[in-house]
Formats: sequence, C-alpha cells, structure tokens
Amino acid sequence: MRITCPHCGERGNEEFAYLGDATVRRPDDAGAARPGAPEFERWMDYVYLRDNPAGRHRELWQHVHGCRAWLVVTRDISTHAIFSVEDARAAALARPSLVARDAAS
Amino acid sequence: MTRSETPSPLPFRLPAGGLIDRSTEIRFSFDGRSYAGHPGDTLASALLANGVRLVGRSFKYHRPRGLLSAGPEEPNGLVELRAGARREPNTRATVAELYDGLEATSQNRWPSLRFDLMSLNQLAAPILSAGFYYKTFMWPAALWEKLYEPMIRRAAGLGRAAEAPDPDRYEKATAHCDVLVVGGGPAGLAAALAAARTGARVILADEDFRLGGRLLAEAQTIDGRPALEWAALAEAELEAAPEVRIFRRTTVFGAYDHGAYGAVERVNDHVATPPAYEPRQRLWRFVAERCVLAAGAIERPLVFPGNDRPGVMLAGAVRTYAHRYGVAAGREAVVFSTGDDALRTARELAAGGVTVAAWVDARREPPDALREAVQELGAPFYPDGAITAVHGRTSIQAVDIRTPLFQTTLECDLVAMSGGWSPTLHLTSHLGGRPVWDEALGAYRPGAPPPGMSVAGAAAGGMTLRECLATGGRLGLEAARAAGFEGTDAPPPVAWPESAAAATLWRGPTGKGKAFVDFQNDVTDADLELAEREGYRSVEHAKRYTTLGMATDQGKTSGVNAVGILAGLRGQGMAETGTTTFRPPYTPVSFGAMGGHHRGKEFRPTRRTAAHAWAAEQGASFVESGVWLRAEWFTRPGETDWMQSCAREVATVRGAVGICDVSTLGKIDIQGPDAAALLDRLYTGTFSTLPVGRARYGLMLREDGFVFDDGTTARLGAEHYLMTTTTANAGKVMQHIEFALQWLWPELDAQAVSVTEQWAQFAVAGPRSRELLARVVAEDVSNEAVPFMAALPVTLPGGVRGRLFRISFSGELAYEIGAPSSYGEALARALMEAGRDLGVAPYGLEALNVMRIEKGHVAGGELNGQTTARDLGLQKMVSTKKDFIGRVMAQRPALVAPDRPALVGWKSADPSVRVSAGAHFLDVGAAASMENDLGYVTAAAWSAHAGGWIGLGLMKHGPERIGETVRAWDAVRGRDTPVTLCAPCFYDPQGERLRG
Ligand SMILES: [Zn+2]
Repeated sequence: MRITCPHCGERGNEEFAYLGDATVRRPDDAGAARPGAPEFERWMDYVYLRDNPAGRHRELWQHVHGCRAWLVVTRDISTHAIFSVEDARAAALARPSLVARDAAS
Repeated sequence: MTRSETPSPLPFRLPAGGLIDRSTEIRFSFDGRSYAGHPGDTLASALLANGVRLVGRSFKYHRPRGLLSAGPEEPNGLVELRAGARREPNTRATVAELYDGLEATSQNRWPSLRFDLMSLNQLAAPILSAGFYYKTFMWPAALWEKLYEPMIRRAAGLGRAAEAPDPDRYEKATAHCDVLVVGGGPAGLAAALAAARTGARVILADEDFRLGGRLLAEAQTIDGRPALEWAALAEAELEAAPEVRIFRRTTVFGAYDHGAYGAVERVNDHVATPPAYEPRQRLWRFVAERCVLAAGAIERPLVFPGNDRPGVMLAGAVRTYAHRYGVAAGREAVVFSTGDDALRTARELAAGGVTVAAWVDARREPPDALREAVQELGAPFYPDGAITAVHGRTSIQAVDIRTPLFQTTLECDLVAMSGGWSPTLHLTSHLGGRPVWDEALGAYRPGAPPPGMSVAGAAAGGMTLRECLATGGRLGLEAARAAGFEGTDAPPPVAWPESAAAATLWRGPTGKGKAFVDFQNDVTDADLELAEREGYRSVEHAKRYTTLGMATDQGKTSGVNAVGILAGLRGQGMAETGTTTFRPPYTPVSFGAMGGHHRGKEFRPTRRTAAHAWAAEQGASFVESGVWLRAEWFTRPGETDWMQSCAREVATVRGAVGICDVSTLGKIDIQGPDAAALLDRLYTGTFSTLPVGRARYGLMLREDGFVFDDGTTARLGAEHYLMTTTTANAGKVMQHIEFALQWLWPELDAQAVSVTEQWAQFAVAGPRSRELLARVVAEDVSNEAVPFMAALPVTLPGGVRGRLFRISFSGELAYEIGAPSSYGEALARALMEAGRDLGVAPYGLEALNVMRIEKGHVAGGELNGQTTARDLGLQKMVSTKKDFIGRVMAQRPALVAPDRPALVGWKSADPSVRVSAGAHFLDVGAAASMENDLGYVTAAAWSAHAGGWIGLGLMKHGPERIGETVRAWDAVRGRDTPVTLCAPCFYDPQGERLRG
C-alpha cells in the first residue's frame, strides 16, 4: 500500500504503523467509572468494542519511520482504496468536546 | 568456451536460422553428461538440439516426461540447476539461459531418469487417484508415520534444496515511474514507445533475456519488413530515451495496492558465478502511476490419452524451438489443433525440413483456407478428428487418429498440440479481479484489473499481431496521458491480417491410457470426474481435492481445461461453473531475493552504546538486549565460568564501587507548560508535585489496566522532565506518548522527543561511589548537596555538561551519571581512572540482575504484560485522585481478584540445588496438575549475600503464605525443589545503605 502523509508525501506502507479504529473516543469520566456503573460500560466499549465494516472506515496509523505524526486514514477495508489522510492532532482538535456531546445526547 | 570454424552438427539443430550464435560453442552438462549448445539457447532448446527428449519424471506416477512448452509455464522440465551451495531446485529448463559450464540434474527419479523404480507407482494408480492424500492412507494410523509418509515424500521429492549457505548476494531496490509496461512483446514495445514519446518515465520489464516476445518465435512482418527489425528499432529508440529504463530478465510477479509491483531481476543467473560486487538477483518494487500489462498468452494443451508422452508439445513451443533456436523438436510431426494458429507451426516445421505427417483438427468444419494451406504443405488434413492413443514410453513411435469416417495409426515422433490460447492475465487478478469467460474468444479475459492498470494485446484477448500493436500503442499513450503527459495519436504499425479463429475442446474422446490435465501434479480427467462424483461442486474445492493447479507452475497450462472439463461433467457453461483467480507470485521467487541483504549479521542493525569499545577492552561478553548489544559480564584473568565473573562483580559493588553502562534505557525529554499534566496522565503516580531537581519512580499502565512499563523520571525544570523507560519498551513508550499528545489530549501544550541515543549514562554503585564521583564531578556531591533521588546538572572533566541522578537499582549508595553520547566513552574511562585505588570494576547485566533480585525490584520477568500493579505489590503507587491511562480498566473484578498470583520472594532450602525461572509452585505432596498449580518462578539467582538460590515469583496467595515451604517444580530440567516463601526483598529492607 502507499499512504500519502500530509507532512511527508506518498510513502510505502512499511514506513507506517497501524493501530486501528479512529472512530472510538476515550471517555473523560474516569472518576465515575466504577465497575457496575453505566460510565464503566462506556469505558469497556472504548477499550474493547470495535466496528469492522466491510467498506469505508476511519483508522489510526502512525508515520513511525517518517515524521512520527499520527494520522487518520479513511480507507475502504475491502479494496484498500484510500480516500483521505489527515493529521490526527488536527482532527482531534476539531472534535466536539465531550461535554457538548453529553449535553446533546 | 571454444570457437571452431565448423562446430560439430547437433542431431536436431536445423541447418540455418534461429537467434543463436552458431560461431560459438558452449558446453553444459545434464545428469553428468556433457553436451554442446550456443549462446542464445535455453537449457531446453539445447537439450532438444542434442536429441534429449526425456527431461524428468512426473510427481505422482513417475511417468517419463519431456518438454511441453518453451516458456515460464513449463510443468515438466524442472531441473536442479548448478551444484553444491548454489544448487537451485525446480528451475524451469525452458527459461534457463544457457551458459558455458552450466550444470543441470533431473529431478524426481530414482535411481536414474531412464530407469525409475518409482514408476511402479503407475501400477498402484487406483490408490493414487484424486484425494489419495486425504483418504487412502488414513488407516491404519500407525502406518502413516512409519511407511506411507516417508514413501510418498521420497517418491515425490520435487528437487533438493542446497544444503550449504548460499554464497551469493541478493539486493532489494525501489524504482518509480509514470508508466510500467509488463512484457516486451509487440504490444509491450508499442505501449512503451507511445508512452516514452510523451516524455513520461517508463519502465519496460520482460522476463526473457531478449525483447520481442512472440516476434522472436515466429515469422512476422511489420511495416513491410521482418518484424524483428521493427523490434530492434523500437528497442534502440527506447534505449536512447532518457526517461526509459529497460529491465531484461525481470519478471513482474505481483501487483499490489496503490500502484506497487513486485519484480525479480535475474542479474546473474545466466553466468556460473556472479562477478564480484554484483548480486545474483535483485528484488524490485516498482511504484507506477499507471501500468500497461502486455504479458501475452499461454497456449492450452489438449487432453487426450497419452498426452504427456515425451514428444507431445504445445504447437507454439514447437515453432519457437524451430524459429528462435533453430531446433527441430522431431522429424515427423502430427498437428492436433482446435484453431488456425498452429498453421504457423506447420509452416515453420516444413520450412525446416520436418515432415508434417498429418493435421488433425478437432473442429467439424475448419476453414477451407486452412485446409488448403495445410494441403500445400503436403500434409493430410483430418477434420472432426482426434488423437486417441500415443504409442511409445520415453518417446513417441506412433499415434492413433480417429475421425467419424475412419481410424488409423500414424508413425511420428512429435505431436504439436494446440487447444487455444489463454490470456496471461495473472496480474489483473492479484487484487481480487475475477477473470470473465468470453465465449467468442474461447478464453477468460481480464475482469476488473487493479486501479491504474490497463491490459493490451494477447493478455486482453487480442490475439493477432495487428491487435497487439494497435492496443499497445493506444493504451501506452492513454497511460502516459493519465499520468499527466501529452502526446498525439499515431497510427499503429502495419501487420498482415491473420486468423486467430479457434474452437474449444476440453477433452478428446477417451481411450486407452491416462489423459493429463495438470502435468506437474499428475491430475487426469478421470480424477476430475471422481471429484465431481464425490460432490466437490466448487471449482476451488475440486482443485484442492485433486491438487490440480497447486504445484510450482500454479496451473498455468491446466486451470482453464479443468474448468472446461468440470463444466462438461455438469452440463453447464463455463461462466456458471466458475473462474480461476491467481495470487502472487506469477512464477516462483527465491528466498534469497526475498531476504536480500537481511541475513546473518545483517539480519537487523547492530546497535552499540557509546562506550562499547571501552567495555570490549574490559573483557565484556556481549548479548543482544532489545535492539542493543550490552555487556553480560566482564571476564578477568583466571575466571573460567561466567558465574565466577558475576559473583566477583556483585562483591565489588557491594564492597567497593562498580560501573554499569545503562545507556540503553529509553530516555524521553518532555517539555512544555503541560508537561506535568501529561505525566500525571501517563503514570499511575503524580509527577506534577515532584520538585525541580528530584526524581521519582513511575509505573505506567496500558489502557486495559495491565502494567506497561516502569522507570525513573526526573524534573529538570518547571516545564522540563526527563523520563526513563526500560530498554525493551523504549520505542513503544515513545509511540504511546505521541499517541497521547496527538490524539488523546491534543490540547496539552507539551512536546516529547527521544534522547536515548543523545545521552550516554552509567550507574556508579557501591559504598565508595560518592568518593569516586567527587573526583570526577566539579560540584559538591555530599549527601546534603545530592540527597537520595536528587537530579541535577553537573560539570564533568573538560567542562562537559552532564547530569547526575542519585538513584539505585542495586540497593547500594548509587548514582547514574549522564554525558552527551560523544563523551560517553571518555566518561567511562574517566570513572575507571578515578576509581582505580577504590577498587572500581565494571559490571554487566548478570550482576545487575542478581542485585535487583536481592533488592526485589521488578523487571522483564515480572513486567510481562499480564501483571497488574496490585500483582506486583505496587498498589500504593496507584493514585485514586486523578485520571490516568489504565485507571478504569484496572478496577475490573478479575484484575483485583484476591487469588491472582502476586509477587513473592523465595529461597531454596538446599543451597546446592539450583532453581530456574519457569519452575512452577506446587504445595508439598500435591500432584503436578493444572488444578494444583500455584504460580511460577519469574526470576532466580545465586546470592552470595543470602547464601543460596533466591528469586521472585508470582503465586496465588503468595504474600499471605510467607514463611511456608512449597515446591519449585521444573519439568523441563527434571527438578523438584523445596523453597521457602519470603518477602520479595533480601537485602537491606530498610533502605539504609542507599540513603547513606
Ligand atoms: Zn510523515
């Protein structure tokens, strides 16, 4: 595979490390998340539950043998077609805050 | 090499013609016998020229086999090439370029090729039919190991690998281009020319040692002159184009994602020994914007009884041997064909003086023009006919021909068969594209090729030279345009019209004898029938059951015929029956090429610390530790055993002062206003409260709650920390921090950078360590100025700025002192010099390990990814007042269960009996069973201080059973030793020495 790092350009996949699902979000209520509490279930999901869609997916990769940036790669898992590669920090900063999300739900 | 005016004529070499250098004779050997050939020959053409027909024995039945083809699809002509350490099994003689001194040996025969005892397998044929591997030998089980498997393995040996290390070198390289053209025949040359004329960067790769493809193998005319002249002009133009690279002897074997292609260049397979500094083979990765696949087509055999006898060959191969190599594959030939293409073969044979004894056409009504052309050659023409038997074993004597009107037996020594041509579309299906059946073409066409790939010429089903030239030129230009270049359309070169009309015939009439579909794996039409009868409906299942297509040729000549036969058995069409896809590699790739330089010492980089040379001078024995080489111990004169050296080093540290290179521990520099907040979230403990100038032990969890790593982290300034990690996890912790900073908490204003290689660091440990440091460091190092866990900048000899940390892993008064790496070796020497009269000595990993066990510090054996902070007795280091990675999951009930194995110390009751890590704890009198297992020993050492074998372990309820005696049961070493449980600290439990 060839991945186009937004900082370094197109490189072979041997320069990158794969982590996985970029759609999960670490909760920020560790203090309340005791076993048995609903908050705890959300942590279990964050640590263990992953979608594995046969199609388009957002994934975390790191350009370990390059600029070390974490990247969000939007990729079709069946065909390996890559639709976009974003800098993960920029994508993370653009996320809505967890407080706002909780208020909306 | 000998030059002679009149080379001795070879029995089957035609008097003239061929692309061989007849003025030069070269010698080669096959099965120990010497033969002559010419430059330009392949091993196969030279063997045929010498009249050698029998080249191998078949896999299962050990039937005598001759050459079937003249190309990479060859299933029969597999030989061991070269000898000794350079021996390479399963080499196809049809693509092995002949060189002076070439040695080849036939395979799969015992004791000799001509007299093969294993051919008795033919008598056992009923039990070797489809699925024999799966059912015949299943009972009785005892016979399988002792009898059947050794027998089958011996009988089936497909060549022997070399038994000595390969003396040659292999390389790997990458090349980028706008247009990759795979195949250097007419379509590929036309594509490369069209793309090159736009200025695009073009790579043209062909597996042959000479460009031209089919133009080398048959008489053709392009633009009114011999086609080879056109090819030579094209080659010259491409050679002169600055942005074009031509790779000869290079097989593009795989298509991968996003325009990456794997290729192997046989740089020096055509010489006995590669020249100095040159590799034998080079593995290429071509990265291409666009690719034009012009890989040609492979001819299909016909399935009829005896179709595997030496002398039954593909018609296209027969004319290749005649036209390209000047070799007559026989003296009297019968053509058996389903199409018009074989006419070229008949003409080529006739021109070379070979008798065409008959043309047997499987079609009921072949074209009249063909009949007339054949009759012009003086050959009888039999429409609606078939060959029903082949007489002869190691060569052909005659064939039986049957038509609806009559039956005859005809003497001949060569059968040129053609069942039509299948596009070489392998690369189009490597990324999942499924070939589609084209009824009019009588073949599978490429389905959806990978993005960026187009298919030209015969590989796309355009079998005539006209189509090859036209589609090649058009697709080459289109590919260049798609890559951003401009060019003008040009009319294709002119070639004569020709007929590629062909019908399909998947099996001829059955008769006496076996009709082979897969020659290499000995699969017959009857095997396919059996598979069908036994319910293997899917093509993929039937192939696996019969092993069709699963040999080294991957079914290049058999796959389509097999689908055709299965379709016939079911009364279905080809499209309903299935298709056949391919995986890389297209042809076998050697392990040498795959490994490249990465073997032996170069398997991975060797990393040495800054003071490596100093350690070597001190007698260090080195060991790989993570990615580094570290000293295990330092042998002094008179020491004969590593345990002696280790014990002396421990005694030096406990009694005086020792030096240990700890530069390999990971060091991460963390700075910024939020550096403290970041560390609070990475560690279980709190680092924001750490005063500047102090260090603290830190424990890191994974998000699933298990311990990840540990180390000492110092605060060098209000917004500046220096973290240390274990040697093994240095890279992983760095990645973990980057993940936290960039993805989990991007709002944190902090930066982290690895400085492991920028700083050399040494532990200086022992009661006299302060005395030693005072002689090296400019600043005051008294207990008041540098208390326990202090961290401060210091001045080293020469004014070099260093760092001093008062931390102890050994339990003694100890420090770690750091210097920029370029001063690392000088610092080690300065410490040794300054400590000479104090009795200083270097110590290695073994002594370090003994002392950490005596002190009860956890390390690799305990930080194994399966332990929690609680398991290790470190629960007091886990904050409950803040969020940190792993906090929530560490509370899971199973992770806090009271019967989890927990850290405990142990001491052997009998000092003379050794205990090793890995031994299991069992109660006295308990049977060694899973139910009775209490845990295991994680670390063990001989302790002079404790006067015996001591160690650490993880044991259920261990901390509650201190003082009790259990057993350390070691099934691997056959030991069963009573041990007494104790607190995991054997040395100075109050910590008075390290604070002194
Ligand atoms: Zn990058």
